Amino acid sequence: MRRRGFLGALGACGTLGTLGGLSGTTLVAGCSPGSPPPIPRGRVLGNDVDLGHRLRAGDLPPPGETRKIPVLIVGGGIGGLAAGWKLAKAGVDDFLLLEMEEETGGNSRGLATAAGACPFAAHYLPLPGIEAVAVRELLAELGVLQGDPRAPRPTYDERYLCAMPQERLYRNGLWQEGLWPHIGTNANDHAQYARFQELMAAYRDRRAFSVPMALSRRSPELLALDRVSMRDWLLAQKLDSAPLHWYVDYACRDDYGTASADTSAWAGIHYFACRSGEAANAEHDTVLTAPDGNAWLVRGLVRGITARIQSGAIAYRVEQTKRAVLVDVFLPAEERSVRFAAEQLIWAAPLFLVPRVFVGEAKLAAAAQRYSHAPWLVANLVVSSLPSAGAGAPRAWDNVLYDSPGLGYVVSSHQQMRLADAGAVLTYYRALSGMSPAAGREALLSRTRETWLDEVFADLGRAHAELRSLTVAADIVRLGHAMARPTVGFIWGGAREPFAADSPRLRFAHADVSGFSIFEEAQYRGVLAAERTLRRLGVRFTSSLV
Amino acid sequence: MQQALLASVFVVASCGLAYELIAGALASYVLGDSITQFSTVIGTYLFAMGVGSWFSRYIVRDLVGRFVRIELIIGVLGGFSAAALYFMFVWAPEPFKIALYLIVFLIGMLVGLEIPLIMRILKRDIAFKDVVSQVLTFDYLGALAVSILFPVLLVPHLGLVRSALLFGLLNVAVALWALWLFRTQLPAIAWLRGQGIAALALLAVAFAGAGEMTSLAETHLYADEIVHAESSPYQRIVVTRWKDDLRLHLNNNLQFSSRDEYRYHEALVHPALATLPGARRVLVLGGGDGLALREILKYPQVEAVTLVDLDPAMTRLFSTAPALTALNANAFASPKVKVVNADALVWLEESREQFDFVVVDFPDPSNFAIGKLYSAAFYRLLEKHLSATGLAVVQSTSPLYARQSFWCVVTTIESTGLVAAPYHALVPSFGEWGFVLVGRRAYAPPQEYPVATRFLTPALTPALFEFPKDMARVPAEVNQLNNQALVRYFEREWRHVIR
Repeated sequence: MRRRGFLGALGACGTLGTLGGLSGTTLVAGCSPGSPPPIPRGRVLGNDVDLGHRLRAGDLPPPGETRKIPVLIVGGGIGGLAAGWKLAKAGVDDFLLLEMEEETGGNSRGLATAAGACPFAAHYLPLPGIEAVAVRELLAELGVLQGDPRAPRPTYDERYLCAMPQERLYRNGLWQEGLWPHIGTNANDHAQYARFQELMAAYRDRRAFSVPMALSRRSPELLALDRVSMRDWLLAQKLDSAPLHWYVDYACRDDYGTASADTSAWAGIHYFACRSGEAANAEHDTVLTAPDGNAWLVRGLVRGITARIQSGAIAYRVEQTKRAVLVDVFLPAEERSVRFAAEQLIWAAPLFLVPRVFVGEAKLAAAAQRYSHAPWLVANLVVSSLPSAGAGAPRAWDNVLYDSPGLGYVVSSHQQMRLADAGAVLTYYRALSGMSPAAGREALLSRTRETWLDEVFADLGRAHAELRSLTVAADIVRLGHAMARPTVGFIWGGAREPFAADSPRLRFAHADVSGFSIFEEAQYRGVLAAERTLRRLGVRFTSSLV
Repeated sequence: MQQALLASVFVVASCGLAYELIAGALASYVLGDSITQFSTVIGTYLFAMGVGSWFSRYIVRDLVGRFVRIELIIGVLGGFSAAALYFMFVWAPEPFKIALYLIVFLIGMLVGLEIPLIMRILKRDIAFKDVVSQVLTFDYLGALAVSILFPVLLVPHLGLVRSALLFGLLNVAVALWALWLFRTQLPAIAWLRGQGIAALALLAVAFAGAGEMTSLAETHLYADEIVHAESSPYQRIVVTRWKDDLRLHLNNNLQFSSRDEYRYHEALVHPALATLPGARRVLVLGGGDGLALREILKYPQVEAVTLVDLDPAMTRLFSTAPALTALNANAFASPKVKVVNADALVWLEESREQFDFVVVDFPDPSNFAIGKLYSAAFYRLLEKHLSATGLAVVQSTSPLYARQSFWCVVTTIESTGLVAAPYHALVPSFGEWGFVLVGRRAYAPPQEYPVATRFLTPALTPALFEFPKDMARVPAEVNQLNNQALVRYFEREWRHVIR
């Protein structure tokens, strides 16, 4: 099992979210006197603090003009792009997609570095099951899924299937294959691990959990899982092995940015039991990935709609009237604002913005306030050459350290067709799940890049003592609201319902609507919102969801 | 005091014998012919001890001080002897023998000084007959102890470099002990103690770091004379010679022996190229030794050959060293040849050129990085560079020793829709070796070879495409980037052959 790509926090959010992007502050590093080991140069990407304050203070020019638009999409992460993708495929071309950053893609963007492209954040896609119709359609368009997109076991382009070895785990000075610590654990641990996998397989066989999650079975017994934490659920099954708890906790942190003690057991089990995808030319647990993470998927969604995208546009006020939805949009580059009068609005920005932006929507605001979002730190270490493989299992794509506050790192060059080690980017992930989300966001903003990198090097240094000296540049990405947290009681507790529902002029298209952040959910919500919009517009189309 | 001195005789004697054994073993390792090496090293050593004993008469004053100094010198010299000889052998092989016997002689002479000095120190307190009896007893006991420990414990567990350093440490410890024993009788004791501690520290540091030193040195040991050795950023390149046999080793793996490489390179090039009278453009991937080039350039119709090899050190060596350019018929000097030092995968991805004949001569798939060069994705990439009637040939390990690996390569090529024609040839220094011809159509062997060959004949060629029972096809998975099936087969099969 492995990290799910997270996405979500895309555009329109200041402190709120992530302005700045690639244009973030450039820092000259290692120059502070008295810090002997130099920290490599690099950038701080992610949240733009100044703009965030400005948005909160409402210190923005009033709209100087009003433009009418049939369909407006706010947010250019996967949800918004998928909505635009579906509209364009149905022949609708009079829509506009507003993205706050310079570049669309949200967490699924790529990042350019001196050692080539690497993921900004999200970095893989599991093999889609038969129910993930829209995902398969997109993959077939990209030529990555070959042949019939509805085949039970399609063939995939080998270049996108994660090359062997996919993952390894560092524990007690030794790298082991896979993420389950099969060395240095006892017979009881192994027996419990086997029983855990049997339980997950049973849920899988019952097809109780689906991707998209909206198609999951909703029997009371299954929904009750949402009211207990993943950790407590394990204990209730008499599963108390420490390595097993580490393993499951790792999966929850990796996937949801949330510790297993806080994660809903429904969500925790969903992760292990939802995957039904198979391939003719790969093991079922292979993932699709590329050197720049999920950016190839973004390119696939964007290519037909580039002319419809306006970047550098921040929606800061939404009000529904009888005739239209009025969306006030600030254009920082021009230091002015525009009001859009949209017949149909697809809100594809994170939902935590709703209370701040939507006017007169008390019910939506209340529901949005029941969400919590996980803060994440991503560090992209540009290395001149790969650190030594270390003892045990050979270098893998995903390299995880046992008992680490971080989630390990992925290697950008792993998927490249090259032999020589010409440098790479190691993308390190850390969900700040050890503190409250608010404290995590505070830490993200208040600690310097150098402080964070010290922690990163201390963590990875256990396995790669020489890493710091190999690193020639290091960017950190601060994601204050990286993803919605599927905490105990959240998924089926009603908070998502108003956002999942349709309404005459407004619908929501973001992974937040599903309650956790994976590519498939974001795309599903985007396509669903687009298809509902197409129905309102009376446009005929072939559904990408059934 | 007396027991202490006798104990140090035991230690000193062990150290002396240890250095002798280490030098003998090292000389046998690197020069071969262990009978000669051991007997000349032991002879030199015993003779030097005699010289030392004779010189001991000239030491008349400050016996203990001199003894301590000699111990320190032996400790450092003996301690570093193995490391010094290793590095000498790797980086300056020419004067190695001189250095070997010089070091052996110096240590022997100093050890020869030790025992007479100790006997004279002891003689001040004990009757001469007892001195002789006790000192010689402990001397021979020490020798016995080391001669047993050396093969059983020291070499297998510590290795030569570390063993020498360990005995160096013992010598220095004896010196420091003697200093303490005679602390009341010695002038300038602080200076001597300082030297002793410095020597101890030096040896201890070296002992701690010896693992890296040894692996650095020991990887470069070959049975034959080294005529060239260099480390490029990509690999360790060593060329050895034994009589008229030149051999190339990359990272310790034999690449060719000049005695039979013609069999390998003829088999690699001619079965394909002899059927391609229209082949004008040729690509060689790997093959930085220029030997495949030599065969290719025999064909007048070939107008341009591009050779892509990662390592500039290889192509430079094989285009400049006289013995090696003689072997590849100065192929790199041909105006038809263009050398590109690049990652073959990256180059193939970026190039749009097509070729009539492609030689794929990569290392065996012994790790995941190289495994990519044998993947279905690689062969699909290769196909884009094959002209309509073009052929490629792939070196594909031994169908005898690594049978499933070999057939895995064939299966993988076929999985991409290309037509594979597997064949094999006997190359004595490698054993039975395998190749796969790759094209878009079925292949037919040539009716004649239009160029000079030493190994191939038209009559023999169809037989190369027949596989005897013990090399016959076995089922294998397609080698994909995401399963690396070939590396797994290869590891299993070669482990089986080597152990």
